[in-house]
Amino acid sequence: MSDPTELTLAEARDAVAAKKISSRELTSAFLKAMEAARPLNAYITETPDRALEMAAASDERIAKGQSRPLEGLPLAIKDLFCTKGVRTTAGSHILHNFVPPYESTVSQNLWNAGAVMLGKTNLDEFAMGSSNETSFFGPVISPWRSKNSNAKLVPGGSSGGSAAATSAGMCLASTATDTGGSIRQPAALTGTVGLKPTYGRCSRWGIVAFASSLDQAGPITRTVRDAAIMLKAMAGVDPKDSTSVDTAVPDYEAGLETGVKGLRIGIPSEYRVDGAPLEIDDLWTRAVGWLKSQGAEIVDISLPHTKYALATYYIVAPAEASSNLARYDGVRYGHRAAGTEDLIDLYEKSRAEGFGAEVRRRILIGTYVLSAGYYDAYYLRAQKVRALIARDFSRAFQACDVLLTPATPGPAFGVGDKTADPVAMYLNDVFTVTVNLAGLPGLSVPAGLTAAGLPLGLQLIGKAFDEATVLRAGRAIELAANFSAKPTAWWRAA
Amino acid sequence: MNSTDSRYIQGSTGPWEIVIGLEVHCQVLSKAKLFSGASTEFGADPNAQVSFIDAAMPGMLPVINKFCVEQAVRTGLGLKAQINLISVFDRKNYFYPDLPAGYQISQYKSPIVGEGEVLIDLPGGETARIGIERLHLEQDAGKSLHDQHPDHSYVDLNRSGIALMEIVSRPDMRSSEEAAAYLKKLRAIVRYLGTCDGNMDEGSMRADVNVSVRKPGAPLGTRCEIKNVNSVRFVAQAIEFEARRQVDVLESGGAIKQETRLFDSRTGETRSMRSKEEAHDYRYFPDPDLLPLVLEQAWVDRIATSLPELPDEKKSRFVAMGLSAYDALVLVAEKEAADYFEAMLKEGAEPKAAANWLNNEYFGRLNKSGLSIVNGPVPAASNATIVNMVGENIISGKIAKDVLDIVWAEGGEPRSLVESRGLKQVTDASAIERAVDNVIAANPDKVAAAKAKPQLAGWFVGQVMKATGGKANPTVVNAIVKNRLGLPE
Repeated sequence: MSDPTELTLAEARDAVAAKKISSRELTSAFLKAMEAARPLNAYITETPDRALEMAAASDERIAKGQSRPLEGLPLAIKDLFCTKGVRTTAGSHILHNFVPPYESTVSQNLWNAGAVMLGKTNLDEFAMGSSNETSFFGPVISPWRSKNSNAKLVPGGSSGGSAAATSAGMCLASTATDTGGSIRQPAALTGTVGLKPTYGRCSRWGIVAFASSLDQAGPITRTVRDAAIMLKAMAGVDPKDSTSVDTAVPDYEAGLETGVKGLRIGIPSEYRVDGAPLEIDDLWTRAVGWLKSQGAEIVDISLPHTKYALATYYIVAPAEASSNLARYDGVRYGHRAAGTEDLIDLYEKSRAEGFGAEVRRRILIGTYVLSAGYYDAYYLRAQKVRALIARDFSRAFQACDVLLTPATPGPAFGVGDKTADPVAMYLNDVFTVTVNLAGLPGLSVPAGLTAAGLPLGLQLIGKAFDEATVLRAGRAIELAANFSAKPTAWWRAA
Repeated sequence: MNSTDSRYIQGSTGPWEIVIGLEVHCQVLSKAKLFSGASTEFGADPNAQVSFIDAAMPGMLPVINKFCVEQAVRTGLGLKAQINLISVFDRKNYFYPDLPAGYQISQYKSPIVGEGEVLIDLPGGETARIGIERLHLEQDAGKSLHDQHPDHSYVDLNRSGIALMEIVSRPDMRSSEEAAAYLKKLRAIVRYLGTCDGNMDEGSMRADVNVSVRKPGAPLGTRCEIKNVNSVRFVAQAIEFEARRQVDVLESGGAIKQETRLFDSRTGETRSMRSKEEAHDYRYFPDPDLLPLVLEQAWVDRIATSLPELPDEKKSRFVAMGLSAYDALVLVAEKEAADYFEAMLKEGAEPKAAANWLNNEYFGRLNKSGLSIVNGPVPAASNATIVNMVGENIISGKIAKDVLDIVWAEGGEPRSLVESRGLKQVTDASAIERAVDNVIAANPDKVAAAKAKPQLAGWFVGQVMKATGGKANPTVVNAIVKNRLGLPE
């Protein structure tokens, strides 16, 4: 076998099952790749010992003919999923020393399916960011570079570590979370596939909460098929999460190649925004042509409340975050400031030292919009707009089966380019937040390159719990786009 | 408004009316907490009953305990209240070390139970209706321990997450007696329902007391809230003190500031804790980790049919048996007392006699010994037998008390005791006549006096009873004494 780190998850699965490669060989190859790619800063914590132990156990099972669906396949876990006995930081100083005594449901599901953990990937602090630059553990550097440039680019965020690791061959696939685009945007920026499932499809239990009504776990993978395989293993109702939904999890992989003949694809006019690069628009138009030629029906759709989505999101998400992050107070676990005078001092110093600027900004925004006298004007109104946005989608889905939009308003940007302007940063999520507000499944598929050679993604949005159709349409785009670009492994030379 | 005068405070500018509303926190009787599976048992070592959820570890999520919901619905039905089929859990945000998540899950805008009522029993057999505004479910906080270390405070999270029902009354009470009666009645109702043990010593029931005063007929005055008062007596004391304080402030030209106050049980006084300006902005919003709580009417109906008989209904039934309203009230105040009484009826005791016996004899002995009806030494069957023997003229009332004393001290079956110790009442007229004649013969001076003043016949009855060791039937003795003295029957 040439370089096992270049295999897709599906290929690796088949190779392991056919005993062409052992899990230990596969895992060792990834551990080596991780070591070589440390300049990208994609992992906060590498767990090589555990990885090799799990791989050995998988090899034993394979030898006994007791393989499970992901047997022996090495994955990266976003450092927002609590992992028993392995430090879980949420990319924050305040949890820099936190070792959970429990395992998140989603990661446990993966281990129960036989997967191997390579380590915990970097992310924006508490998943708040679109460039992976707010992490206490430093920014993740994208494996991608513009043609003829050595400038460091961001991988997107907040799941920048998972996206970079998946893109650069540091894992077969990874877990991620998406509150406003944190799976789909970094996937689009790194040429990977990112799937945010329907709210309630995957358990949130054991995932450090950012905004509870929006957070959802999903995979970042190299192919649509891999996303289908990962989702099947991650998803399912969980009695420990009251918002998880008890509905059957289909075999997504089985229906993947059904094609889009007869499928009604909605094109929402509101996603055509002024000032977006022509390359995005062109790609979108090209994709419409691909689907049409494969027999899909193209339907023009209006989602009239789209323009309020970003403002709504930046009220709802910080409001919930301000409450969710109140537990990090230096009393029971995590960072506690030294030499404090009294209780208030302990709270203030621990939190001021423990949280970075972006997290502090969102806690302040959230506290403000929930305050007496402002609640009605901000939080309550945002909830009403949120309901209207959801209604836009349910009306749209009377006329179509899946929506096609750009995933992001542009390709990857330079490290430090947008850190001074929070609103410019927030605008990265303009095409993705609507999906979280409506609780729908969204898939980002790499579909082309900019002239500078940077990946661009398209987004497919489906009906609630209809990830199967989203994946099927995503597979059609993937086939037509024939996206095969890979980042040059410049970090190996360095 | 019959007993108006006693309900007013007399100030230097005339009478003032007290207006009282109570927010009572009742710990839900449940083995597990409201949103976690941790145990709720009282008295465990600190932090021995804490789940990851109760400690607000990262990524932990609450899951509602259905039994606690059932208990809240049961209580709501017992308060004859509206059951809201859709209710919402909100987060009440504030920082404190005994509140691990930085918010308490409570119900703010949409409680599980709406308006209801409690009938309270006033002296003189009157009742008054106290409105219930709402009942909502919420989590209890942990406990800060400040007395364990010279320069550290500790936190015990055993209580963190235990289910509470907060029962909010309308400001319908007008005196400390009414407030005490309300609290007692509420306690009786939840204990009958089995939804709260009502144990105020262990903090299972605590009251926040809202007090204001006004001139009769005037609009409501500014109220003060006295937090966490943990006995009926303290509630009454706190109201008395607080109302008087407010009247004094107003009459000396001051104004009442809306504030939260604390009651000091050692001094019987209330003191300021924080003003309205210092009050927290709790930033309530619906808890996104929990879906709205949706109940099915059929499920509520099933709970309704399983409701036990409550104090008011029981009292009416007892009165219909011939008990006085007062006796009935005393018996139903504690479910165990009513159960004991009904157990006596099952043994054939006549209701009125049984009630009198319990209220006049047995409860007094229990009180004196510091015992309760459940740990008292005499079984209901024994008390029933004693009452039955009096009714059957086998023993006199006086002997009955002796029999009770023996059973209390030594145990044993009352009928065989009476038999074996020769305590049976003497109804044989000739034996009694002999005893009467002996007394008359020995006391000629008293005979003369009694003839002049017939009430003195009672002295002869007493002497005869003494001479017969109390075993003579007093009615028969009385008749024979009058006959022998030549007095009219």
